[in-house]
Amino acid sequence: MTQSIRVTVNGEERVSEVEPRTLLVTYLREQLDLTGTHIGCDTGQCGACTVTLNGQPVKSCMVLAVQADGASVNTVESLAANGKYHPIQQAFWDKHGLQCGFCTPGMMMAAVGLLKRNPNPSDAEIREQLEGNLCRCTGYQNIVAAVQSAAEAMRAGSSGGEE
Amino acid sequence: MSVTRMFGASVKRREDPRLVTGQGQFTDDFKLPRMLQMTVLRSPHAHAKINSIDTSKAKALKGVRGVFTAKDIEGMVPPMPCAWLIPDSDLKVPVYTPLATDKVRFMGDAVAIVVADDSYIADDALDLIEVDYTPLPAITNQEEALKPGAPQLYDDIPGNQAFHWKFRNGDPDGAMASAEVRVKQRFVQQRLVPNAMEPRVALADWNDGAGELTFYNTTQNPHIVRFLISATQGIPENKIRVMARDVGGGFGSKIPFYAGDALTVFASRKLKRPVRWTEDRRENYVATIHGRDQIIDVELGATRDGKMTSLKVTNIANMGAHLSTAGPGVPTWLFALIVPGCYTIQNYACDVYGALTNTTATDAYRGAGRPEAAFLIERMADLLALDLHMDPMELRRRNFIQADQFPYTSAGTLQYDSGDYDKTLDLALRMVDYPGFRQQQADARAHGKHLGLGLSTYVEVCGLAPSKAAGAMGFQGGLWEPATVRVLATGKVIVLTGTSPHGQGEETTFAQLVGEELGVPVEDIDVVHGDTNAIPMGWGTYGSRTTAVGGTAIIKATAKVVEKAKRLAAHLLEANVEDITHDHGRYYVAGSPTKVKTIQDIALMANLAWDLPEGMAPGLEENHFHDPTNFTFPFGAHICVVEVDEETGEIKILRYIAVDDVGRVINPMIVDGQVHGGVAQGIGQALYEHAIYDENGALITGSMLDYAVPNATQIPHIETARTETPCPHNVTGVKGVGETGTIASSQAVVNAVCDALAPLGIRHIDMPLTPERVWKAIQAARQGGTTGNPA
Repeated sequence: MTQSIRVTVNGEERVSEVEPRTLLVTYLREQLDLTGTHIGCDTGQCGACTVTLNGQPVKSCMVLAVQADGASVNTVESLAANGKYHPIQQAFWDKHGLQCGFCTPGMMMAAVGLLKRNPNPSDAEIREQLEGNLCRCTGYQNIVAAVQSAAEAMRAGSSGGEE
Repeated sequence: MSVTRMFGASVKRREDPRLVTGQGQFTDDFKLPRMLQMTVLRSPHAHAKINSIDTSKAKALKGVRGVFTAKDIEGMVPPMPCAWLIPDSDLKVPVYTPLATDKVRFMGDAVAIVVADDSYIADDALDLIEVDYTPLPAITNQEEALKPGAPQLYDDIPGNQAFHWKFRNGDPDGAMASAEVRVKQRFVQQRLVPNAMEPRVALADWNDGAGELTFYNTTQNPHIVRFLISATQGIPENKIRVMARDVGGGFGSKIPFYAGDALTVFASRKLKRPVRWTEDRRENYVATIHGRDQIIDVELGATRDGKMTSLKVTNIANMGAHLSTAGPGVPTWLFALIVPGCYTIQNYACDVYGALTNTTATDAYRGAGRPEAAFLIERMADLLALDLHMDPMELRRRNFIQADQFPYTSAGTLQYDSGDYDKTLDLALRMVDYPGFRQQQADARAHGKHLGLGLSTYVEVCGLAPSKAAGAMGFQGGLWEPATVRVLATGKVIVLTGTSPHGQGEETTFAQLVGEELGVPVEDIDVVHGDTNAIPMGWGTYGSRTTAVGGTAIIKATAKVVEKAKRLAAHLLEANVEDITHDHGRYYVAGSPTKVKTIQDIALMANLAWDLPEGMAPGLEENHFHDPTNFTFPFGAHICVVEVDEETGEIKILRYIAVDDVGRVINPMIVDGQVHGGVAQGIGQALYEHAIYDENGALITGSMLDYAVPNATQIPHIETARTETPCPHNVTGVKGVGETGTIASSQAVVNAVCDALAPLGIRHIDMPLTPERVWKAIQAARQGGTTGNPA
């Protein structure tokens, strides 16, 4: 038994048949082949699967695909636009904000949400607001530096892709 | 050979563009036509007899392509191999079948597999399998497991003891008997869950017509996986291709060859379709190896003026329910040899007992044996200083191996290559303003506040090699590395490495090494790893060996390319090869720099081969197979400053200083990143992480909800600095940095907390130093007496 959903994914309208129990992350990865969004846990703890749903960061392993019916979903694949990196991507690269890169897409999507709410965060605020995104490689120091660097670039007016 | 410019530059990583755009290729991202998904039914019991398994309902479910139990794989998938067969012990390797036969021996032991059209159907089918178990008493604590009367895991391994391994140097008993002071302590190295952010995945694609297997795997060592698949499943090694493109962290947990891996190979051969197994996180907590879990008793003898004279160690290691791939090597060789640390102590005894228990198997987790060793000796140094009323810094200096004593043969019979332990300590003390801190501490104490400073002056044994040592230690593999440097006709370069980086950034650092020597921009150099069909051989990435061993192989292969380029340049310039000089990829006759052949000109001519000197083979490609002569010995001094809240037991890290000497540094940005991450894992062990089993053998910290992987608020800003003492036995001077931070840090934190609480009479608190444990220790101390190992 499947259900039809209509979701705008990375700016493109998709109409799909999904089972009601299909998680948003499974839909993105297995049905749409958007493999940039990763699954790191099953309990909403790690944040590797973070995407934005109508502009708000959500953990896509905690959302059913049918809940995204009629909504707009953006994934890491939407960040770069017109051949240009989003400031958050540039900053993660510049500041060595990633090592294995598995948590990175979710971490960046969460950071984009954070900077939308708070364009000029302190280091402590960044750490608090990224608490729901785990990284086992970096010790977070360069992630904090990357988010600061992106915040600075975005305040100076550099723009990026969809988010 | 010049090693300047690019060597030492913080070049941005070549890996990152694909990773920040979501175009990394992790194993679970591969999808093949006709691919099926496998899931594993795992035992809910820690120890139980299997009476019967009924798979009929599962088999009947639409979309299910196969359900298999131990009976179905009998004779087709042999028991899982243990690849570290330690000599000088009575090692007994228990039979561990990929699917349990008569008994399950840990929670998570595999009982059956389902292969279905997708993972949802496969999961549904798992629920339909009926297993009738008779639960048996379980044992999870290794000390209890070795006692008479404990539940027995295997009929043929009486007493649950897999091995007793011993090491002796000098006269530890005599020196201990005559020591003026003796300090005894028990340390519990709690069990940890590695928690690489990417769970484990295997995708087996058997081509029945060709008799070939392509195997995509989350592994740190694809060639070892190829070897083990071949050895256990009877597929010729040349018919197996193992691929590991992007791997989402490993920390040791992706070294072993797992039952789930072997089962996907079986299922793909059986069903003649690609089969993928994607471990979920709950499964990862029980089916992927754990780290540490050792109970260590120590006695240290010394003179009254603080000179250490004898050290005796007994380590009871919890191996889990079977021996994982490298399991037995961790608490023995990797632990014991480096226990004496940076100190001149020469009388040393170590006994290690490997106990089998109803728990997940333990194996290498970041540092693997060496964090336990460094913790032990650095805590003992502080306890000795405490007993002697001596400054712990001064006590360390009195025992340091001096800079002019290298190479130094330690009590662990290792030959430390180079070092200057006072130098890193001096720098760390300057950074923290040691005298200033002691004053501040005294002032704080006068106001009832508890500040503490913890020192860790560590040395580690890294750059795992040489192969001869591997053989002597019973490791069933080599530890050399190959490299290929191939300059294409267009002057672009492909570098092949047998190491398998998964976050460490060697696509960049290796490009820096080659770019430096060839005079080619790093953008023109691609480093290929993780494909056994492309790369001649390799032993993988672990033990901080990738750059020290693999990088050296690359430098040597590059030097051969340069030699050939010189000979071809001489031919093209109609000059003698002796007269040719080169810099920045330009080759010319010394003294006439106007007539030049660039490396790109030379590469084109070499690949066209229209006009080569007599006897020269076409192409511009060289291989080198490098086996080092020794391990490497990075060292350093870490300092942690904490404040402890006496009322709540909460610990606040005020400063964390990491001064490391990892030999020469190719890319400081990447090296700093490795230190940050390593320290975070060490702090995780010191303060937060603990895998706990209940009395029935259930893992009660079985998910990220219950197990504290540190988040961004729990890790402090880390101040890094370095000294550079080159490794004398490789051309790069590199020692390795992957494990440094973890090996150095837990004891710095615990020493700081114990320093803060020393006025209350607290000597030691076992990790993790949760507020509850610290608070209990404070309460116990208030009620009189000193504390040792609170519950």
